[in-house]
Amino acid sequence: MIWFIAALVFWLGAWALNAALARSAYADSRAVKIAVPVLFGLTLLVLWEGVVRGFGISPVILPAPSAVAGTFMASTDMLWEDFQQTVLKGALSGFAIGALAAFSVAIAIDRSRFLTRGLLPIGNFVAALPIVGIAPILVSWFGFDWHSKAAVVVVMVFFPILVNTVQGLRETDQMQRDLMHTYAAGYGAALVKLRLPAAMPFIFNGLKVATTLALIGAIVAEYFGSPTRGMGFRISTGVGSLSIDLVWAEIAVAAMAGTALYGVMAWIEKRVTFWHPSQRGSGRA
Amino acid sequence: MRSILPVLTVLAIIVAIWQLAVAPMNIRTALDMAERGGAVVEPEGGRARLEVSSWRLMIDNPEHVAAGYSLDRPRLPTPAQVGEELWKGTGKMIERGRAWSKRSLIYHGWITLQSTLWGFALGTTLGLLGAVAIVYSRVVDMSLMPWAIISQTIPIVALAPMIIVLSGQLGIEDRIVPKAIISAYLCYFPVLVGMVKGLRSPGAHQLDLLHTYSATGLQGFLKLRVPASLPYLFTSLKIGIAAALVGTIVGELPTGAISGLGARILIGDQFGTPLAIWAALFAAAILAGVLVTLIDITQRIVLRSMGMQT
Repeated sequence: MIWFIAALVFWLGAWALNAALARSAYADSRAVKIAVPVLFGLTLLVLWEGVVRGFGISPVILPAPSAVAGTFMASTDMLWEDFQQTVLKGALSGFAIGALAAFSVAIAIDRSRFLTRGLLPIGNFVAALPIVGIAPILVSWFGFDWHSKAAVVVVMVFFPILVNTVQGLRETDQMQRDLMHTYAAGYGAALVKLRLPAAMPFIFNGLKVATTLALIGAIVAEYFGSPTRGMGFRISTGVGSLSIDLVWAEIAVAAMAGTALYGVMAWIEKRVTFWHPSQRGSGRA
Repeated sequence: MRSILPVLTVLAIIVAIWQLAVAPMNIRTALDMAERGGAVVEPEGGRARLEVSSWRLMIDNPEHVAAGYSLDRPRLPTPAQVGEELWKGTGKMIERGRAWSKRSLIYHGWITLQSTLWGFALGTTLGLLGAVAIVYSRVVDMSLMPWAIISQTIPIVALAPMIIVLSGQLGIEDRIVPKAIISAYLCYFPVLVGMVKGLRSPGAHQLDLLHTYSATGLQGFLKLRVPASLPYLFTSLKIGIAAALVGTIVGELPTGAISGLGARILIGDQFGTPLAIWAALFAAAILAGVLVTLIDITQRIVLRSMGMQT
């Protein structure tokens, strides 16, 4: 019980500190902006630890964060192997193929207003569907290894990126296109110099959504059959054999991989679309 | 309405590509069946055919291509086959008065719909409460918002089996609870982000005007912020309900559930009946379409009655 009370005290203290920080004169400084959410995340972990220890919850149900961290450290080799199989081979290759395919289709279809008008509603609709369900079909088509995982990822990321790219390519207004016309720019030059840059914020929106989808697709596909490695495989067998701390370690890897992928995308976006209003200044959205 | 013709054209193109793809996808299975039936196939033996590309097989055995369009267990079913399977699971079941039997897609769709709606309600509530807290409290904004974003980059499917194990250990037998939690997890985020934007959308001059009326905080909330946020709310709700459905299906997939559309996909995989998988997939798509359309209609009615543009 003492653990739980200690965790509660820590939580109250951290919250008071956060409140003070947010109200202080430094609230807009970079350090505080990072410190406050980090402290909040830390409190959640401490609360979790306190609840598990305070109420003596069995590690088979919910292991404490410290136990998960211990398992994580002890099995880095295995986690790295799973990470390679699922994230590097399955998710990233599928993401690259899917993004390229969506990109090419978007540029090809963009020349026809008619097809664009027809594709947008359909693409928007398909992007909202539970496409993960296609995983068992693709696993039976492409076999158990990472190729089928990449295929699932391709299908999952294709439509969000396609829809966003098509929408982004329509973003330029008549005045800008007329300007390109007075420069005697052809279709290609106008595409590269005006319309693609203008579409970039949209394209990156699609890419950022797709990073999460890529991981989801790669992991779900492993539930339907995989070689004896991979994060999805380890999670499903770990649940079966009650090695729950290992499952949580895999979840931690998945969370870090997802956040890192998203972060990398956001970083590239910042470099590419530095001119866009949303990237300038530090105004709150 | 102007887009009906283009949409139909694109749909027709997709169906045509699908129809054409059936031939190369199914040629191997069709040839295996034909050979078992005693027909002469070039080259002989399934193993030898693995060395040859599908296109080559189609050129060498043109008379068997058509068989690929009527297989019982095709690798890729034709659109017509999927439609027929869907009809078998829905319309025909109603005709025979067995709409609620375990073989009917209506029954499984209803199971999925239930936890989708529970998850949607839970997720929307969380999203709304979170948005209000974020808009009114600087601390919550600073500490919660980054984690809300991070929570969506965590692949929920990794957590899904854990949520099911946890709720099982806690003595919650009902399958609907873990599924609803997973859909709520996917659904709260669009609502939260949309509502934060919506509740902040009134400009300073509007807030100042209410201040000159000496309106209380609650009045400002109810009479200005909430009405101003409604268009944002409905847009997020449409994304949210689709996300909730995805969450439910993801919750049903890896967990050995026995009822629900996700479970139909799982069972179709285990018993090697691809038609069942495809029918369940399309049933899920139709369900998503119906749900989004319902919210869209509500949006039009509500916004029009409030005098906003739709």
